[in-house]
Amino acid sequence: MTQRDNSYAAVMARKNEIMKTSTGLDYNTYAQTKIAFDYERMMADTGYSHEQIAKIQRETKVGNTPLFELRNLTEAVRRISPPGKGATILLKDEAANASGSFKARRASVSVFEAAQKGYKGVVAATSGNYGAAVASQAVQRGLKCIVIQEVYDSRGIGQPEIVEKGRACEAYGAEVIKLTVGPELFYIHLLTLEETGFFNSSLYTPFAIKGVETLGIEIAEEVQQRYNRKPDAVMITHAGGGNLTGTARGLLAAGCADTRVIACSVDLSGLHMASDTDFNKKSFTTGHTGFGVPFATWPDRADVPRNAARALRYMDEYQLVTQGEVFYVTELLTKLEGIERGPAGNTSLTAAIATARRMDRDQIIVVQETEYTGAGKHHNSQLSFARENGIEVRRGDPADNVPGKTIVIPEHLAQVVGKPQDMIHLRQSYLRNAAKQLPVASWTQDDIRFLAEDLKTDPDWIRSQMESMPGN
Amino acid sequence: MSMIKAETWVEIEKIILAPEDRAPSVPEDTKRVPYVMRASGFLQADSELGQIVKIRTMIGRELEGKLITVNPSYSHSFGKVVPEILKIGTGEEAL
Repeated sequence: MTQRDNSYAAVMARKNEIMKTSTGLDYNTYAQTKIAFDYERMMADTGYSHEQIAKIQRETKVGNTPLFELRNLTEAVRRISPPGKGATILLKDEAANASGSFKARRASVSVFEAAQKGYKGVVAATSGNYGAAVASQAVQRGLKCIVIQEVYDSRGIGQPEIVEKGRACEAYGAEVIKLTVGPELFYIHLLTLEETGFFNSSLYTPFAIKGVETLGIEIAEEVQQRYNRKPDAVMITHAGGGNLTGTARGLLAAGCADTRVIACSVDLSGLHMASDTDFNKKSFTTGHTGFGVPFATWPDRADVPRNAARALRYMDEYQLVTQGEVFYVTELLTKLEGIERGPAGNTSLTAAIATARRMDRDQIIVVQETEYTGAGKHHNSQLSFARENGIEVRRGDPADNVPGKTIVIPEHLAQVVGKPQDMIHLRQSYLRNAAKQLPVASWTQDDIRFLAEDLKTDPDWIRSQMESMPGN
Repeated sequence: MSMIKAETWVEIEKIILAPEDRAPSVPEDTKRVPYVMRASGFLQADSELGQIVKIRTMIGRELEGKLITVNPSYSHSFGKVVPEILKIGTGEEAL
């Protein structure tokens, strides 16, 4: 047998072949043009009904998490809201899933599929809670697990949150490949898939997204049952897009077509995600704009050819919050509601507080996740680490936050305001990225229809934009 | 230097890409440093720190790299007290 060429360029060139072998999916069958593809057929071809998914998840301690009404926080928000304003805030306690986050849903179907297809193990490339989720699901299904993580800067120093996530993966019996900063993680991912023949438990396959749909369904059903109405808004932390896509699809499946799907991310604008020196200047390792904006405006940058997580397809609004606001709200959740949860998971709670103030009193906003907390995954760890790394930490107006330089923790609840992103601007940015795949002049009716669906807009709006785009 | 016994839990380090071989897209500061991996496992044969060794990982896979740590452990914590958050949500501070 001839030795395979394992150089960076050679492995990257084998990408499509490795993906096909490691997911069992032939993405070419869904492609229509360089832009358009049959998204719904790709999702349907997984073959799993929601009932089957719920059963798979019940087997491995996933789903049916509690939905709490945050009575004290809702009251506090009403006190600072105009008369008649201040929606009831509900919190879906996803920390109750095996491995402590909603990511268990995302891993569950994927790992089940791997076991069904006879793979001996699974590989996940992630620095998020997803690693622990895949490891926890794999151990329950008798599969081996490798997690590939970006952990360190070139000094060998890792953010406490990431270090904790690596520890959790090892605790669940996974092999953890810990890497320094850089996009070459994908190269190691491909190489590992090829060497082991394991299943690619990517965050972005249809299996991963189908697993999150039960989260939307549970929210819809429980709100209807307890409050006799549909949720008016659901706040979803957005990074790669799977949390939002899966939850929104579940809400739609449960008849919540009018529920507003609101994305939120921590604003880390100005920090470069592949920069060795910026790496440890951020207190959030996911759920931030460094992933949220690029993945919203071009989903097909993931580790699979066609991303099943397509946030703008379902997003009605996109709120940004600062690191300081999230830390403040994490402390408030502890002190007012008597539960400690990880700060990254409280991004959506922070944005929900800002949004509830503008909503009517009789309305309901659901914060759709929490995550576990502990050493490393704690706002005190993060703030302490930030201070040690030269970041200024102080109280004041969170508008003065400067990612990588200053964390300003609000002095009172009224300062938790968030900042809306311009949806038109995001859709235009997506269209510019699409034009890099195929010049605007070559877009067919199929492309226009696909783009309209992918941006939750109509074909006429796409046509009107095309006129002013370069290359037309 | 003392010999580390086979089957000890250790950590290895391996340079995956030298600075000149890094992906074209990485920013300048990242391009100046190598791309490095670390992994933990059971040492396959008696060895010394700094040697190139083989380990057997928790899932039984064999990896090779420079032996850098014996009994690698986690020491991440809740950090030092951050006085700025102590009063939040208490009677000491109005909402």
